[in-house]
Order: sequence, then structure tokens, then C-alpha cells
Amino acid sequence: MRTTFIEELIRQARLHPEIFLIVGDLGYSVVEPFAQEFPGRFLNAGVAEQNMTGVAAGLASEGYRVFTYSIANFPTLRCLEQIRNDICYHQWPVTMVAVGAGMAYGNLGYSHHAVEDIGVLRGLPNLQILSPADPGETRDCVQWLVEHPSPSYLRLGKAGEHDLHAVRGVGAAPLPIIKTDHSVALVATGAVLKEALKAAEILAAQGQSISVWSCPWLNPVVPANLHNLHSYACVFSLEEHRSATGLGAILRENLPLNVRVIACGVASELASVVGSQEFMRLQAGLDGATIAGRIAAFLNESA
Amino acid sequence: MFEKFSATAIRGRALQMVQRARASHIGGALSMADLLAVLYGEILRVHPAEPHWPERDRFILSKGHSCTALYAALALRGFFPVEDLIGYGKNGSRLLAHVSHKIPGVEFSTGSLGHGLPFGCGKALAAKRCGKNWRVFVMLSDGELDEGSNWESILFAPQHKLDNLVAMIDYNKIQSLGSVKEVLNLDPLSDKFRAFRWAVREVDGHNSDQIRTALAGVPWEPGKPSCLIAHTIKGKGVSFMENQLAWHYQSPNATQLQQALTELGCE
Repeated sequence: MRTTFIEELIRQARLHPEIFLIVGDLGYSVVEPFAQEFPGRFLNAGVAEQNMTGVAAGLASEGYRVFTYSIANFPTLRCLEQIRNDICYHQWPVTMVAVGAGMAYGNLGYSHHAVEDIGVLRGLPNLQILSPADPGETRDCVQWLVEHPSPSYLRLGKAGEHDLHAVRGVGAAPLPIIKTDHSVALVATGAVLKEALKAAEILAAQGQSISVWSCPWLNPVVPANLHNLHSYACVFSLEEHRSATGLGAILRENLPLNVRVIACGVASELASVVGSQEFMRLQAGLDGATIAGRIAAFLNESA
Repeated sequence: MFEKFSATAIRGRALQMVQRARASHIGGALSMADLLAVLYGEILRVHPAEPHWPERDRFILSKGHSCTALYAALALRGFFPVEDLIGYGKNGSRLLAHVSHKIPGVEFSTGSLGHGLPFGCGKALAAKRCGKNWRVFVMLSDGELDEGSNWESILFAPQHKLDNLVAMIDYNKIQSLGSVKEVLNLDPLSDKFRAFRWAVREVDGHNSDQIRTALAGVPWEPGKPSCLIAHTIKGKGVSFMENQLAWHYQSPNATQLQQALTELGCE
């Protein structure tokens, strides 16, 4: 996703001379092509995220369309007040880009797990939050952000993800990836959509063809944009994030009471072991097989 | 009554505002009044009738709690009617008790400390990258230098040769709960900035000639940002407020206001 991000940003920067990229001394082997092509619109701010975010606000106040780039929680939680006061309050067009959403940096430990970011940031006014699932969604999100300049957060996976679907467009509504007549849907945000599709495949083999939706748009929520989910009896949400404050909470807050929401996310216990993203998903019960099992159990209970 | 732009008028108006609103922070407003008077009277290239004039110099008040003095300076310079100052801090007023960008002439809202200098660095960098000649002036408090974000910017500005940036330190030596020396001693402050590769000058922050001479000559060293350390007195101009920590919080009553205005020669 990060490669797609920089490729699309370069493409957009050729069209929009106001695009400016600031990195927090991270982005090795990713951001160099941008820096080489647009040296006047690139900056390494050093390991200093509060200053980086304030500088971004200052540049944006003079007409630049700024993207800040770092990993995990560094461009968001480390400088939260700068995002709130300097960017959101003044409504300047700065996008914070974080690579390593969820547990993409699984073996680097808790400091590098971005599993509370959505919950913390979605309380901020004027902040768009976009959480793409694959390179295709990433490209669409970057285009959307350039076309709709505003304070925003782009939550990316890492590298090497493959396209999961061909549904195009970032609206404020979830994207239908698999659509069936089943009364249960699985709604995922971010790269963990891959596990949602695995779960759907397992369930289909068992004769239960559920719908799967991707939800790259997380904030601001317009309840009417979730109307496509109103017809389900039960919606399972899936996120590599704490469900109490992320997608699960968003769906609980905004779907009608007759739609049951069962949230699958990272539990509140802190990770005490490390491993690959796949391993960490398995530990957290966010892998396709576990999710399929939870949905199958629900269907058995409901039968 | 003190309609003409001057440091005394800024002080008088600021005192009236905090008294009416029962507001705090008059001590730090009075300590920077002479700096603002020189800035807005002689240094800043601004057009009050056109607050967003693209070629203007940018002023950022990072010590946003002292905004009464800035609001007064802006009103007296003609950015908005002086009568509007009456509403400061009152229900429904746009004149927030921490500086607000929704007021004509204000570039940036602050209130939480340590935000102005990074923002100023961004503006100064924008001017450099776009080949513009306007300058950026940021006013900071001394206590505010406790914030780590400032030191990120103090590293950043010389790295990018932001000689169009001027940091002005209102060094009145008193912060919220004690003297700067007792809380987190900044001395030797000039040496700190010099070590971070800034050009530094120290002035008596109540001596207009010294302030004017220093600011008229920026940048003092090509390729380096400038730091003006202005030695000031908290509560300057009002005998019973000078060097008193209590006036970080207290609001004068009607009698005290009258005494203060008399001492300043506002009537």
C-alpha cells in the first residue's frame, strides 16, 4: 500500500503544484522518488513529529496541500494536540499518513501497533479518516483526498498487499465486495479485509454465503450513508484496531437498533508477545478461520 | 481616551479588557506591550484594511494567553473597531481569552503553549520555497520554552536557513507557579540559542530604541534565524503589578484599574 500511495501521490503532484510531502525521518526506499522529482516540495523534518505537524500547518496556511508521513502512531498520537489545534481547528488541508496500521509491524511490539488511532482521532472535528484495504482502495483514497482538501488521516497497511477487489470509488458509503441475500454481513476496514474474504470463503463452503463490505471511509460518519447495511439482521464488524472505539463502535452508534452489531477487533489486553502480522491476527482472533467460526456459531444459535 | 496607537494605549486597553471580563494574564500582556508597539508601529509590513494582503509580514502570538495586548494593538492600528474590545471574554464574543484567528489581523490561534514556533517555521519555509520576501515574527513567553516542541523548532529553523524568521522571547522571568529560575531555569538562554545556530540579540524589552534598532536589522546574520531575547518586567507600568506572580491570575477591581490607568498616564 505504501508503494501505491507514493506512486499515486507523485502522479497527483505532477498535476497539483501545491502538493507537499513531509516525512518524519522515515520512508526509506519509499519516498525517494517523490523527493527526487519534487525537491522543492519535499522535506524530512527529522524525528520531531510535533514540529513536523506544526510546520505542516504553517505550509498549509500559505497554500500548500500537505501530506505528513511516518509510521504507526508517530504522525498521529505523538502530535495529537497539533492535529487538533493547529490543523483541525483552523481547517487547513493537511493529511497525516501512517504506514503500519493495526499490527502490520507485529514483531516490533506495542509501541508500533496502531490499534487505538481511529478511536482517538475520530473524536476530532473536521477530520476525514480513510482506511483503505488494498492498493486499489489506496489509490482511490489519495485521489479523493486531493480532490477534497481538508484535515484528514490516511491509515495505510505496509507493503506487498495485493488487490482484494475491483470495486472502485471512495464515497462515504461502504463498498460492496460480495453481495448476497444472506441476512448476515461482514464489514471490514483496512487490510484485514483479506481475513473477511477468507471467512466468507470458508462459510460459503459450508453453505452460508454472507455479504462482505469494505469500509475505507470512517469519519465523519453520515448515518444515511450506511443505509445499505440496514437490511441485515446482523452485521459483524472486523478491524485491526480496538472495536470499542473503532469500526465496531461506529456501526453500533449509527445503525438502527434492529440491526445487531457484533464487533471483532483487538481486545483491550495489551500484547505481550510479538510475531508477524498473520501471527498477531491469529492471536487476536482476527484471522479468517476464527471469524468464520464466530459467524457460524451465531448462525447455529439463531437457527 | 487613549485612542492613538502607543504602548501606553495598548496597556490601558488591555487593563480595561481584563477588568471588564474579570480575566487573567494581565502581567504578561503588560510585559510585551512595548515589543508590540514597536512591531505594529514601525516594523511589520501590514495593511490593516487588507488583513490578508499576501505580501504582509506574519506575526504569531505563541503566548496566546496574553492576547489582550495583541487585540488592543490590532484595534488601535485599525484592523477592527476599538469599540469591539469591550466585548473581550464576554458571552458570545469573538474575542476569546486566548488569541483567535477569527479576529482580523490574527494569523493563528494559540492557547496551548509550544505551538507558535513550529507553525512559524512552516510559514517561513513556505516563504523561502516560494521566493517571497515577507518575514515571520513569533512572540514566545519564557515559561513556554519548557515545552519540548519549541526545541524541535529551534533545531529545525537553522537547519533550513530560515533567516526570515524572528523568535521574540518576552523574558519576564516569572511563569505560572514561580520564577523561571526556580521552575526550569533557562539560563544561559542566549548561549542555548547560539549553540542551536541562531543569531541572538538581547535588549531591554521596555526600551523602544533598542527594540527598534534590533528588529529593523533582521536578519542579523544571513542564513540564520534571529532570536530577540527581550528582558522585560511582568506587569510593567503598573507599580503594584510589577514582578508580582499574582497578576498572572488576578483581575483588577475598579479602584485598581483607575489607579493603574492614572499611573500609566492614560487620562
